[in-house]
Amino acid sequence: MMLWTLFTLFAEFSLLAVGGANSVVPEIHRTVVGELGWLTGSQFAALFAIAQAAPGPNVLFVSLIGWQMAGVSGAAISLLGICLPSSLLSFVVARWWQRVQGSRLALAIERGLAPLTVGLVLAGASAMLHAITPGTRGLLLCAATAVLAWRLRINPLWLLAVGGLLGALGWV
Amino acid sequence: MTTVVPDRRALFTGFFMVGLAGFGGVMPHAQHMLVEQRRWLTEQQFAEVLGLGQVLPGPNIVNVAVAVGARFHGASGALVSCAGLLLAPLGVVLLLAALYASYQQQPLVQGLLRGLAPTGIGLVLGMALKLATRLPRRQLPWALVLLTFLAVAVWKLSLLLVLLLLVPLGVALAWHWPERVS
Repeated sequence: MMLWTLFTLFAEFSLLAVGGANSVVPEIHRTVVGELGWLTGSQFAALFAIAQAAPGPNVLFVSLIGWQMAGVSGAAISLLGICLPSSLLSFVVARWWQRVQGSRLALAIERGLAPLTVGLVLAGASAMLHAITPGTRGLLLCAATAVLAWRLRINPLWLLAVGGLLGALGWV
Repeated sequence: MTTVVPDRRALFTGFFMVGLAGFGGVMPHAQHMLVEQRRWLTEQQFAEVLGLGQVLPGPNIVNVAVAVGARFHGASGALVSCAGLLLAPLGVVLLLAALYASYQQQPLVQGLLRGLAPTGIGLVLGMALKLATRLPRRQLPWALVLLTFLAVAVWKLSLLLVLLLLVPLGVALAWHWPERVS
């Protein structure tokens, strides 16, 4: 029963998550902490921080709520719930996109969306920077990483290794 | 630039590595894997797929995995790409959640996270720079970049509202004056 509740709860959030999984986090908080009382506010914050620190998409955060409520199967079913409706839509659109490719409409969509994509990625980075409030060195590390990632076609893992090492050594 | 067509196993392993590597944001790793490392997509094609993935609801990277998988192998391709993307990180995040309680006070752990966070954001900025380099050097597209950024990051408008206004605007501008936006 809990598994079905988790599935339907997160499936409802799926199509609301315009711009990515993080956009529904405030709404999930309101429901899970406020309405349902499944978690306290600080439990919620800790689970969110763990999901941010772990590798993988941010959406994995919801699997931790499911895990808290119903173990590993709860984690899996919550993840399925939030991914399934949006993935079906995305599948349909992707197929349609391949059919119209090269048409005037496709060209207009592609050229019209490109600047929005850049703006959204920049806005996302800015929101993340605000959330962690880095010091001067943190900002320097961030800027240096951005330039190196832009100019060199280097595997991002190397840059992360350097950043993590600097942090562990207490430089950041 | 020539591209490579992956089989289903490659889709799974490619996205598996992306999921496993993606500390602090998966998209830069996805771009590296898809465009620079395995050459399944050109930069242009990646920008298209990313644009659709961002505009549609749901986790962006999952939308990208669905679109890339579907492009090469239809429904089964979409399925193996998503499974590859999510399987490993799901295991890792559950493991971390279980470990977190015992090690959260360790200074080494806290230092590591303090270094990883800005680096991860730097990677996202680097990806934005790569995408921005491909934009035409004209006023209109850059005005749209600025407008999108201001609306979301500064004016804090709801994303749904921003997309409902700016997606039609961007597409209409590109439709009516393709020579100005291209």
